[in-house]
Amino acid sequence: MDPVTLSRWQFGLTTVYHFLFVPLTLGLGWFVAYMQTRYYQTRDESWRKLTKFWGKLFLINFAIGVVTGIVQEFQFGMNWSEYSRYVGDIFGAPLAIEALMAFFLESTFLGVWIFGEGRIPEKAHLASIWLVAIGSNLSALWILLANGWMQHPVGYVVNELTGRAELVDFLALAANPKGWLFFWHTIVSGFATASFLILGVSAYHLVRKQYVDLFKRSFQMAALVGLISSTLLFFSGHTNGQFMFETQPMKFAAIEAHWETSQPAEFSILTIGDLTGKREVWSIRMPYALSFLACNNFDCEVRGVYDIQDEYAARYGPGDYIPLMVVTYWTFRIMMTIGLFMILVSFLFLLATRKQYEDAKWMKWVPWVIPLPYMANTGGWVLTEMGRQPWIVHGLLTVEKAVSPNLTPLDLLISLIGYTVVYGSLASAMFYLMKKFAIAGPDATLHESVDVESEDGIGDALPIGAQD
Amino acid sequence: MSYESLQTLWFILIAVLWIGFFFLEGFDFGVGMLLPFLGKKDVERRAIINTIGPVWDGNEVWLITAGGAMFAAFPHWYATMFSGFYLALFLLLIGLILRGISFEYRSKDSSPAWRHRFDWMIAVGSFLASFLLGAAFTNLARGVPINENMIYTGNLFTLLNPYGLIGGLTMVTVFLLHGANFLGLKLDGELRERVLQWSKKIYAAAAIVTTVLLIATYVYTDIASKLGIDPGATPIASYVALLVTILFINRKMEGWAFIMTSLHIVLTQVTFFMLMFPRLMISSTAPAYSLTIYNASSSQYTLTVMSIVALIFVPIVLAYQGWSYYMFRKRITAEKQHLVY
Repeated sequence: MDPVTLSRWQFGLTTVYHFLFVPLTLGLGWFVAYMQTRYYQTRDESWRKLTKFWGKLFLINFAIGVVTGIVQEFQFGMNWSEYSRYVGDIFGAPLAIEALMAFFLESTFLGVWIFGEGRIPEKAHLASIWLVAIGSNLSALWILLANGWMQHPVGYVVNELTGRAELVDFLALAANPKGWLFFWHTIVSGFATASFLILGVSAYHLVRKQYVDLFKRSFQMAALVGLISSTLLFFSGHTNGQFMFETQPMKFAAIEAHWETSQPAEFSILTIGDLTGKREVWSIRMPYALSFLACNNFDCEVRGVYDIQDEYAARYGPGDYIPLMVVTYWTFRIMMTIGLFMILVSFLFLLATRKQYEDAKWMKWVPWVIPLPYMANTGGWVLTEMGRQPWIVHGLLTVEKAVSPNLTPLDLLISLIGYTVVYGSLASAMFYLMKKFAIAGPDATLHESVDVESEDGIGDALPIGAQD
Repeated sequence: MSYESLQTLWFILIAVLWIGFFFLEGFDFGVGMLLPFLGKKDVERRAIINTIGPVWDGNEVWLITAGGAMFAAFPHWYATMFSGFYLALFLLLIGLILRGISFEYRSKDSSPAWRHRFDWMIAVGSFLASFLLGAAFTNLARGVPINENMIYTGNLFTLLNPYGLIGGLTMVTVFLLHGANFLGLKLDGELRERVLQWSKKIYAAAAIVTTVLLIATYVYTDIASKLGIDPGATPIASYVALLVTILFINRKMEGWAFIMTSLHIVLTQVTFFMLMFPRLMISSTAPAYSLTIYNASSSQYTLTVMSIVALIFVPIVLAYQGWSYYMFRKRITAEKQHLVY
């Protein structure tokens, strides 16, 4: 395999993996901060238990996000050195700001929060979890502004002398609507991901009639936040789509398998393409709908893939400017279907909480909602990144020209296999711990941290759950 | 500010970030490497981890920020070094991943095998990171093959030359000593005594390896003939600081011993950056191909923006990180009731 393909696979795998953990960190942090605040205000022991319980799951998840995040920052230089040279003047700034403004904040105060209870003033301890939540969400803002710039470059000029793009307007970069739309969409997806985890875990315990008061509280809170955030996801996604229609028409058309320019445009409900993913074989379409999605108007013109390909070939030179449509088309439909389904189920959950619901038969199925946001999040990012192909920076630099020229396929195979093995083991350890603590319930988490000595040295003999 | 002074300012800022990283994460790495050897019982290992538990993650951000600042201020430096040292950095990342995840996960299961495994991952990860960073930085001083397009033309084995290996070993032993001194400062009771015994042995190794590195530096690098900025007495002060550490260890003055290894690490790095200036990466292919702060930097506009950002946020970060150290300043004993985490 050639270095470009290997580097792309590596970036794709490490990034998708990293982003499996990020949304939960973003969303659950706010929940834990809220719960601890409620405890601080009411002195109700239940809130303390909830803080501890969800806080433990938050920490197990957070750890993987942190360690895989370092890879993200390093691999621009490691695998995409020509990209780094070309856009470093612009792209490096939000990354450095992210580290300075957000990483220090979340990392320092996470340490304070974990170890600080009982050792530092309670107010400072409470403030530290809020700072962790703010820090992680701020880091999302800066990395999304960086990514937004790759999708919709602003505030730059290409310097003919140095042969690279240079920043001329930092405020344009910081106010890039693309980045802010991403941020808005990502933040609410964090809330939704956390809500669905809380719903699933709470239902597990409610079915077993354990800690009923605690998990009813969690369930109700998560049903409400889940409904609000899923609904906002729909609207922010819609706005994202419309901005994409204006700024990245090719991606928009590729997502919709919209081949020919038309006015009004039909929305594809199901399209089957050929094996290259670039030709249509058969489809069912809904009239007018695509025009509406593109510009809130049932009669606007939506340009097709072929048209834009011709335009790009004329503007940027001969080449294939069509993304891999089978991927963009299906990831979008996975994301949207799941998103709509999430609105529906969280609405039903919220409705159910108005009456007696914890004994309902359907409750035992609720844990299966946990994976939904994960699939939608992954689908969303795959379509965002693969829909930009062949560009790494839209209209400026192609992925092919961005890769590090000195890397051999062997280098890349070693790192690709290495990351896969290590990330795979991390995932299994993480999944094991999440499951264990989620099932063990709040009493176990209250006591877990005290190391109990066994007769023969390292480790403690007491199983989780038997410690209270 | 003029373009040249901005470039100089950012050279200094990135140097400060690296120096801060080596000073802070140096003892974290040392503590990590010592963990399975020093802690005989689980409760002791927990006590050892708790000395750095609240701060290691914040310390590691110095590295991430150094990387980000290199990207923003000297994109060519970031691109050439990170793509050039590809496999070394890959292993460094693996080391950091294994270590970081283990701090969080090792106590979350009660099985001894689980804890053993994560404790060793902390030690191995810390060792890998220290060794590779040592090897990478000595190679920066020695020069690496870089062509006229600023592209590194060597491979992993280019870095694993005798000088690089000595550099790696030096960083490992110095961090071990630094970590032991930090533990002496933070632990109490029997563990504190045990640390002192270890410190003496490690000291001997660190002093010998560092002396070898010093000699090797004159043999393998051009720094004696081609000074960036004359460091004056800085390297001598650094060497003396390391040598006198033993006096404080013998007198059980761990605080001073820690200050001495801190001085040693900081002054060694200061010497390194002074000798490099204004070069960022020395090309062993041809001196003209070297990366300097002038040919590798971002535009004046970006450097100005980033200076303003740094001016605002660096003091804030220093303030709250300092506060967190102050909050966790107490000594830790290996007794269960004190180890609620």
